[in-house]
Amino acid sequence: MENISQIGVTTIRKEAWDKVTGNAKYNSDDIRPNTLQAKILTSTIAHGLIKSINIEKALNSKGVQAVITGDYYPALTGSIINDRPPIAKDKVRYFGEPVAVVIANSEEEAMAGVNLIEVEYTPLPVVASVTEALKPNATLIHENLGYYYCPDYTVYPVAHTNIADHVKIRKGNMDLGWSESDVIVESTLYLPKSDHLAMETRNTMAEITPSGIVNIYTSSQSPFAVKEELNKIYKIPEGNIIVHTPLVGGAFGGKAAIHLEYLAYLASSAVDGRMVRITNTREDDITISPSKIAAEGKLKIGATKDGIIKALECTYYIDCGAYADTGPRMAKSIAIDCSGPYNIENIHCDSISVYTNHGYVTSLRGFGHGVCTFGIERLLDKLASKLNMDPFDIRIKNAIAEGNKSPTQDIITLSNTGNITACLLKLKQVMNWNEGNIIKTDKGTIITKGIASLWKTSNSPTNASSGVVLTLNDDGSINLNFGASEIGPGMKTTIAQILAERMKMDVENIHVFMDVNTQITPKHWKTVASMTTFMVGNAVLNAAKDLINQLKEIGGIALKCSQDDLEIANQKIYVVHRPDIFISFKDLVNGYQYSSGKSIYGQIIAKGSYITSGLTPLDKETGKGKSANSWTVAAQAVEIEYNPENYSYRLLKAATVIDAGKVINPKAARGVVMGGMSMGLGLATREDLIYDKEAILQNSSLRTYKLLRFGENPEYIVDFIETPQIDAPYGARGIAEHGTIGIPAAFANAMSLAVGTEFDTLPISNEVIWKTKTGGKYDSF
Amino acid sequence: MFEILNPTIITLNINGEDRDVMVKPSHTLLYTLRNELGLTGAKPGCENGDCGACTVLVDDWPIKSCLMLTVEAIGKKVLTVEGLKNAPIQKAFVENFGFQCGYCTSGFLMVCHSLSKIRPNADDAEIQDWLQSNLCRCTGYEEIEDAVKSILVKDI
Repeated sequence: MENISQIGVTTIRKEAWDKVTGNAKYNSDDIRPNTLQAKILTSTIAHGLIKSINIEKALNSKGVQAVITGDYYPALTGSIINDRPPIAKDKVRYFGEPVAVVIANSEEEAMAGVNLIEVEYTPLPVVASVTEALKPNATLIHENLGYYYCPDYTVYPVAHTNIADHVKIRKGNMDLGWSESDVIVESTLYLPKSDHLAMETRNTMAEITPSGIVNIYTSSQSPFAVKEELNKIYKIPEGNIIVHTPLVGGAFGGKAAIHLEYLAYLASSAVDGRMVRITNTREDDITISPSKIAAEGKLKIGATKDGIIKALECTYYIDCGAYADTGPRMAKSIAIDCSGPYNIENIHCDSISVYTNHGYVTSLRGFGHGVCTFGIERLLDKLASKLNMDPFDIRIKNAIAEGNKSPTQDIITLSNTGNITACLLKLKQVMNWNEGNIIKTDKGTIITKGIASLWKTSNSPTNASSGVVLTLNDDGSINLNFGASEIGPGMKTTIAQILAERMKMDVENIHVFMDVNTQITPKHWKTVASMTTFMVGNAVLNAAKDLINQLKEIGGIALKCSQDDLEIANQKIYVVHRPDIFISFKDLVNGYQYSSGKSIYGQIIAKGSYITSGLTPLDKETGKGKSANSWTVAAQAVEIEYNPENYSYRLLKAATVIDAGKVINPKAARGVVMGGMSMGLGLATREDLIYDKEAILQNSSLRTYKLLRFGENPEYIVDFIETPQIDAPYGARGIAEHGTIGIPAAFANAMSLAVGTEFDTLPISNEVIWKTKTGGKYDSF
Repeated sequence: MFEILNPTIITLNINGEDRDVMVKPSHTLLYTLRNELGLTGAKPGCENGDCGACTVLVDDWPIKSCLMLTVEAIGKKVLTVEGLKNAPIQKAFVENFGFQCGYCTSGFLMVCHSLSKIRPNADDAEIQDWLQSNLCRCTGYEEIEDAVKSILVKDI
């Protein structure tokens, strides 16, 4: 029986035609009659006590059904530290924090109600930077820090400070490392906050039915976490909570955090359980909802005169804003991968999560890895320059390899990491490095190329789990049901391909349940961390095994032979040595019926699950431990053309060579890596949430917060290395975030070379270059 | 000239059909399409004219439906993504992977479809000029460029 492989073959996404016809339904498209609309009144200052809130006028306003404030149901939330009230109580800690929620018949009536609420604040000193937050007599943002409940027991907030956590890496012997070093280079960095900017803003609906079911409809990467959190915070029996997530209009980590779900539930409970919708405007989404961390860093690296790195010391301060959310976990990621994909035997790293009065934070594509990558990759270029070495040579010379140890002293293998040297060599080739990395053109412009390597682990909980259920249709096709949200990269199709490959059948005959309904969909931890292919992929392979076993058991009866003689392909079970003797899946779907009419077995339902195994928490003092099963490595480059006449530049090329283990859907894989680079170039060139000295956000619309537009993109080069990860489905590693991670560093390396100035801060716009070169004088032209 | 001061029933030509809808003077075309007609293909992304996710065609030209009042569409032909029937650009987007999450897709499809009708010979500069109206956060734009170029006249 012939079979065509489904892996490594470009497969049109399962939901593709829905997305080009307007038929694809996102949560924001779920428009229902008799749904109330909620609007949020937000804090107008960044830090202050709430002296009074007068909701009388709003309550009496036309169409308003209820107004709730922080007193309505006081509770603290947070996935790592329970530090955040969904609605501010007594105190506000960032500009844009929810202070009250108005529920009304229509959006305009809710908005009118919001405008009638009177709030008086007693302003408190604003902590507008990490530096201010860490001063000995700093204003405390959380007076009760140290007493908050921490759902993650490996986080260590420091009482009477603004420090949410401190992750330490102590590897090797620093004195030895420095003594073996011939050269030492130091560097600093500052990376600003930025926004996820998913095209669908966050939005949620909630209702509480008369029978006590809490239905949450939400655009989320974490529907199962929503269920768990609502259970914990509001004491709703978990089985009574059903979270529904249809297609998600972009997420990038920003919809992993639970945010509007709390408000929608509270709002519904305030109006006798009626359906309430809460939808962020774009400005709300940027201002109220969490965004990316900002980071400051100080680094010092030592190497021999031959360029062998001997020691790395780094300190990162992570600006988590007013509430920690997953900030401390990103700080941990930065620490555990602080060396980049290089073998460094002596490492001293501190990664400190700090509260400020900026907007709060959550995961964003790369989960902190953009920070440590920027740190080490800028440092390596400076080191290479000092040693008069080629940027590729220094990276290849120190590339991490089998048998080395990670900063957390985990053993590196080719399988668990991939081949960074191969990525670098391929990158060198595709970027025509031999023509030189700095070329002066006849036009007077300068073309430069910068590179960066990266690696990334998932840093998931030590018990993250995933499940798959398979049922069959009467035509023998398979229904595939699992709990990852389809947020864009096409994981629903990827998993279908993995199943098709294992079942040796056409992927067309696998039907994917595209939405998530936590009551009927098997749990998937969260659709984050580039872990879906790995986790659900392993679960679906286990489910396929179960399905094949059941089919063979019943097929053996039907074909009157031993199960051991049976094989499957093309939705048939056949005798290995006599392929002409077979029975089709469709004849076994509901059990088997003998010619006499008697039936046995019943319908086939198969299941499979996966749980992360073998992970351990990190030691508090040394960081020793195993935080992930694997890394993905990649090498990236950016080529730019700089015009020294007017300090402007153009993006010419951006390239990624990534060790994908195995590429499952080539065009989709190329797309997700390219899209990652596009986001990385945004961070590199323009994206920046700007706060004034009172920590008031200045750019909360798409007119002031600029994204890359069509035509501003460079030529993209995407290439793959395929070093299988043994424990991954068909060897496939996660690749969804990685395109973003190293691009800002590669870009900064290229710009520094072109301009002749070291750029250690992002974004690097024409204006930044002009200011750097001229001091910002108006008459500089 | 006409004046609409209160909620009123008006007739709009949507996807080739005359449809009666209730409007308030302040309703945007985006609001009416989504909330009154259930045509949710046009998406709110910023409701400020910056992102283009709500783009529809009005008398064949791309218009951001969040910036147009519904009453301004009286007497005009409105085409939404739901009204595209096997337009070449739809297949081109599918085959070129011109989307990931798909939220911006309707808007891009309408701009590209209009471009292919109004400027079938568009060169790179004109393509860029038209498509800079819309934002995509998932792709690298290259996929969208490949898709639109595949339906434009190629001998230029």
